[in-house]
Amino acid sequence: MSAPYMVEAAPQVQEKQAVTKMSVAARLRRDWPLMLMCVPAMLLLALFHYLPALGNVIAFQDYNPFAGDSPLQAFLSSEWIGFGNFQYLFETPAFWDSVRNTLGITAFQLVFYFPVPILLAMLMNSILSPRLRSFAQSVVYLPHFFSWVLVVSLFQMMLGGAGLIAQTARDAGFTAPDFMTNPDTFYFLITSQAIWKDAGWGMIVFLAALAAIDPNLYEAAAADGAGRWRRFWHVTLPGLRPVIVLLLILRLGDALNVGFEQFYLQREAVGRDASEVLDTYVYYQGITVQQWGVGAAAGLFKALVGLLLILGANKVAHKLGEQGIYSKS
Amino acid sequence: MTALAARKPRRPGGRPVWEEKPTLIGQLGKGTILTVVVALVVVPLWVVVVTSLSSTETINAAGGYVFLPREFNPSAYIVIFSGGQVTDAVLVSTLVTVIGTALSLTVTVLAAYGLSRTGTLLHRPILFYFLLTFLIYPGMIPSYLVVTGLGLKDNLLALVVPAAVSAFNLVVLRAFFMGIPSELLDSARIDGAGEFRILFRIVLPLSKAVTAVVGLFYAVGYWNTFFNAVLYIDRNDLQPVQRVLQMFILAGQSPTNAGAGTVVHLPGIGYTAPPSLAIKMAVVVVTLVPALIVYPFVQRHFTKGVIVGAIKG
Repeated sequence: MSAPYMVEAAPQVQEKQAVTKMSVAARLRRDWPLMLMCVPAMLLLALFHYLPALGNVIAFQDYNPFAGDSPLQAFLSSEWIGFGNFQYLFETPAFWDSVRNTLGITAFQLVFYFPVPILLAMLMNSILSPRLRSFAQSVVYLPHFFSWVLVVSLFQMMLGGAGLIAQTARDAGFTAPDFMTNPDTFYFLITSQAIWKDAGWGMIVFLAALAAIDPNLYEAAAADGAGRWRRFWHVTLPGLRPVIVLLLILRLGDALNVGFEQFYLQREAVGRDASEVLDTYVYYQGITVQQWGVGAAAGLFKALVGLLLILGANKVAHKLGEQGIYSKS
Repeated sequence: MTALAARKPRRPGGRPVWEEKPTLIGQLGKGTILTVVVALVVVPLWVVVVTSLSSTETINAAGGYVFLPREFNPSAYIVIFSGGQVTDAVLVSTLVTVIGTALSLTVTVLAAYGLSRTGTLLHRPILFYFLLTFLIYPGMIPSYLVVTGLGLKDNLLALVVPAAVSAFNLVVLRAFFMGIPSELLDSARIDGAGEFRILFRIVLPLSKAVTAVVGLFYAVGYWNTFFNAVLYIDRNDLQPVQRVLQMFILAGQSPTNAGAGTVVHLPGIGYTAPPSLAIKMAVVVVTLVPALIVYPFVQRHFTKGVIVGAIKG
C-alpha cells in the first residue's frame, strides 16, 4: 500500500513557455545540464530495475547457473525451452496453493484491513483538542517506520508461546493459545500485523480528504435539522467517497501483492500450507530449490497478471470519473 | 481571520455552536477506543525497553517480560556494544544507512530538478521512463542474478544500489520543485547562474523540509533493509541489524555471540551478567531507536504540506 496512487501528484504546470519553436540543437544547448542531472538515477534504474525486468526472459529457459562463469554467460549458453517452465508450473499444485493464498489474503484484508484507516481517520478527526490529536497521530504513524522483522518480533514477544500474553495468562492460571504458530488463525495474525504497522499511516489520505470537506456543509446540514448520524451519512461519507473508491480500485489492481518479508519471516512457524504466497513461492522455487527458470516463470506470471490487473483497475477508475494512477492523456 | 471567527463562533473546546453536545457514552467510547489504540502501539515498546534494562532477579520475579521498571541496569547494552555480532551489525547498518541515504538523496534530487521544468528536451520520455517503474517490476530471480553477476555477493553495496532510486520519492520532490515560482529561477538565470548553481543555491534551500522527509524515507528503508541481506550477505560480520534481530528473536538463536554470559562491572551495581532476555530486548531497542530519534524532527511535515500536498496534487 505504499502509495503509487500519489503518482499523479505532479501538478500540471504551465506548459506555455515559448520553447516549442526552438530547434532541437538550441534546446539541447539550453537543456543539457538538466538532462545530465537525470542520468545517474536513470543508470541505476536501468541496471537494477529494467535489466532484471528484461531478465525475466529466463522464464523461457532451462537456466543453468553452471553453464558459464558469470550469470550472463550462463544465460547465453542455457537452453531455450519455450513454455516448458510455465507448463510445469501450471501442473504443480503448490503453485496454485500459493495463488489461492495470495488471493485469499487480499480478499480477507479488503474486508478486515481496508476499513480500519477510514475509521481511524474519523476517530482522529473528531478529536477537538489539537494537542491530543497530534499526539495520537504521532503514535499511530510510528509503526509504519518499523521493519517487518521488528513488527513480527514484537508480535512474537506479545502473542507467542513465551510471550507477554501467554505469561500473564499462565500467572492467572490459564493457557493462552499460541497465535504465532497456528495455521488456522494465520490470516487474522498477518492482518492484525498489517493493521498495527500500516493502518495509522494509511489514515493520512483519509484525514486529508476529511479536512477538504467544506465545514459550511456541516453547518448547513445542522441548520436543516440533520443530526450527527445524518450529517455523517450525507456529508462525511460523500466527501470520502472518491478517495475510498480510488484506493479500493487500486488495491484490487494490486491483488497479487500482499508483501513478502512478512510471509518469509513466518513461514517456518506456521508452515508452508498457510503462509505460501506467490512471492515466497518464487523465492523458494528459484533461489532455495534452484529451479531458476520455474521461479522466474512464477515471477513473470505474477508480473504480467499484476500488470493486467493494474491497467484494468485504472480503466475502471477512469470509467468512474476518478483519476487513477496515471492520467488518460 | 477575525471575520471568520466572528462568523463561526467556537466554544473554548473548539466545537462549533451548532453542533450537539457530545453524549457521555459517546465521549467515553471514543476515549476508550483512543486509549486502546495508543496503548496497542506504546505498551509493546514500553515492555521491550523496560525488560532490556532489567536484571536477572527482576526478570525472574516477573516471570519473563517486565512491565514495571524496578531499576536502571544498562548491562545488556554494555555487553552488546563491547564487540561481537550486534556491534558489527550496528556498524554495518549505520554505514549502509549513511552512504545509501547520501547516494539516494543526491541522485533523486538531481533527477527531480532535471525533470522539474516541462518543455525541456525529452522531458516527457524521461519522465515516462521513471514512472514506468510503477508498472513494471524487476523479478526477484533476475535481480538476484544481476546483483550476484556484478560480483556484489557479500558486498555491502548489494544492500545499497538495488534500492537506491525510488520513483515515488522522485515524484514527491519534483512536485515540490515545480511549485517554486519560476520568476525566482529565471532571475538567477539572467544573472548568469548555471543550473547546478540554481539547484544548490536557490532550490534546495527552499526545499529543506521536503528534502528532509524524503531523506528520512530513504534512511528508514536502508536501516530496515532485511531481505537483500538474506539474498546477498552470507558473512556473519556483514549482517545488518535486522538480520541479527531475526536470528535472536524469530529463529530463537541464543545471543551468545552477542556477549551473553559476559560479566560486566557497573558502578553502583557491581558485577553482573545481563540475562539473555535483556540482551534480546536490547537488540530490539537498537533496531527501533534510530527511527524514534529522527521521527519527531520530520513528523510534523507529514501532515503539513509534503505528503498531503502530494496527494491533493
